[in-house]
Amino acid sequence: MKTVIAFWNILLKDMRNYYLKPPNISWGIIFPFAWMLMLFLKSQTPVDVRTILAGVMAMSILFGTTSMLAVTITFERRSRSFERLLLSPISLTWLMLAKTLGAILFGIVNAFVPVFIALFFTSLSNIDWAIVFVSIIFIAITSTFLGLFIAVSVSEVFEAQTFSNFFRFPMVFLCGLFIPVSQLPVFLRLLSYLVPLTYGADLLKIAINRNGHIAEAISFPVLLAFSVILFLISKRNIQHRWIY
Amino acid sequence: MNEHILKVDNLTKKFNDFLAVDSLNFSVIRNEIFGFLGPNGAGKTTTINMLTGLARPTSGSIYFREMDYTAHIKKAQEIIGIVPDDSNLYEELDAFQNLCFCASLYGIRKSERESRARSLLQQFHLSEAGKKPFKFYSKGMKRKLTIAAGIIHQPSILFLDEPTTGIDVASARQIRSLIKNLNTAGTTIFMTTHYIEEAERLCHRIAFIVKGQIIKIGSVNELMEDVQKDRIIQFSFDNDVTLDQFDQDFCRQFQQCSFERISESVIRLRSSKALDLMPFMTFFDSRGIKIIEAKIIKPSLEEVFVKVTGIERELMRKDKESKKA
Repeated sequence: MKTVIAFWNILLKDMRNYYLKPPNISWGIIFPFAWMLMLFLKSQTPVDVRTILAGVMAMSILFGTTSMLAVTITFERRSRSFERLLLSPISLTWLMLAKTLGAILFGIVNAFVPVFIALFFTSLSNIDWAIVFVSIIFIAITSTFLGLFIAVSVSEVFEAQTFSNFFRFPMVFLCGLFIPVSQLPVFLRLLSYLVPLTYGADLLKIAINRNGHIAEAISFPVLLAFSVILFLISKRNIQHRWIY
Repeated sequence: MNEHILKVDNLTKKFNDFLAVDSLNFSVIRNEIFGFLGPNGAGKTTTINMLTGLARPTSGSIYFREMDYTAHIKKAQEIIGIVPDDSNLYEELDAFQNLCFCASLYGIRKSERESRARSLLQQFHLSEAGKKPFKFYSKGMKRKLTIAAGIIHQPSILFLDEPTTGIDVASARQIRSLIKNLNTAGTTIFMTTHYIEEAERLCHRIAFIVKGQIIKIGSVNELMEDVQKDRIIQFSFDNDVTLDQFDQDFCRQFQQCSFERISESVIRLRSSKALDLMPFMTFFDSRGIKIIEAKIIKPSLEEVFVKVTGIERELMRKDKESKKA
């Protein structure tokens, strides 16, 4: 029960302190909106909006979660308030889950902003919403844990931003959103399969446009494996770098 | 019988080849204020970090209430309160929110944590000022609230790392008084400091730590035994005088006493026997050294520290200044 109280209050504090702040909410809306608008202006028909939807959703989650988590943890680390959490009796696993759950929820909400905007431009019928929802959850989890991995690998907020972009932009271009993975040169294609977003975006493509190229039975376990690995590496990094 | 809240056996911490803490052995008795006194870099904070779970000991054992927690210090964190040398509460939260959040980390239920937070704010005179976000507090207020956050879960032992460093005199006085009151109310306190006077004033027992080793440990009276018999006279000279000229002559003539330079124009003479002023006056006068003040100094803990550790006053003073800066 004590762990539940601590877990819930860490989550609640982060939501109030970081995620539900007006600048973040506006950023969470503006960012996907800008992506949508940009790609919509390039597209010719309502069907095209639907084609780009999977990509915009994936990017919204990726950018939202990695930025928030990398910055908030680095900021708390700098102000030493993260030390307070490490000194409390909650286990490191629960502490990290509490810190990341806020970002995961933020990512999930972010993913639905483009969906909401798309409603005004195109029909969203014949979409497998169950797969969409599960995919969003998986992309949010892997992206958040990627943010966590970045946060525990750096010590300054600006380093977190730079390091995040080092991962995010290559991922956007490698995951098949702009150029289909099958059209990438062989070595880049191999690299794209090492990027979790490739599997998440592909799942969304299957659910929205039925044009994914990786089977769901492969994508879900791979995303799960990425989540577990990133979480374990981050936990190990905290244990070794912050508890010296 | 004195109950040991904390016991440490051969606690050692190495960073690669650097030995930061070297085989520490000490214990903290229930209801005492135990002081860890030493200059910057002596290993005080590293020791606290090992005792509270922010650092892993290279070797040695840590016992809380007679139970070995070395390998799983996390389990001991419920009974530990920590106030770090730099306030580490949440900038955006006000005092009440900060205290409630800290209590929640220990699994305290909402009604209970709110009641404890209100009572602590009153006790620490922060009820009114505490309505602002933490980032707007003065350093003294920040430190007081950090102490309140450290005790909200009613720990068996409170670790205070340099509690009055970097804050103004009035706030430092308030915090010392708070520490005294907490101890009177039954909280066992382990504090580190490099202010000798603070340790002397607050602590029941003190350990001198230098270069990772405990040099001496005991109650203030026990530590003072070494110097209590000493007679000390301090001479202040005219500023223009350089004292180098008489060093050798002085040592030859007054073999029963030692002397120590406090500054360019101030020296202290120390002897275990009674000191007669006249021979000294004559000695200085014969060398044209003008005395502007001569006074008897009551031995203090600082004398013990200097004697035992060999660390000059000047070094500790510089430490204080650098910490303040």
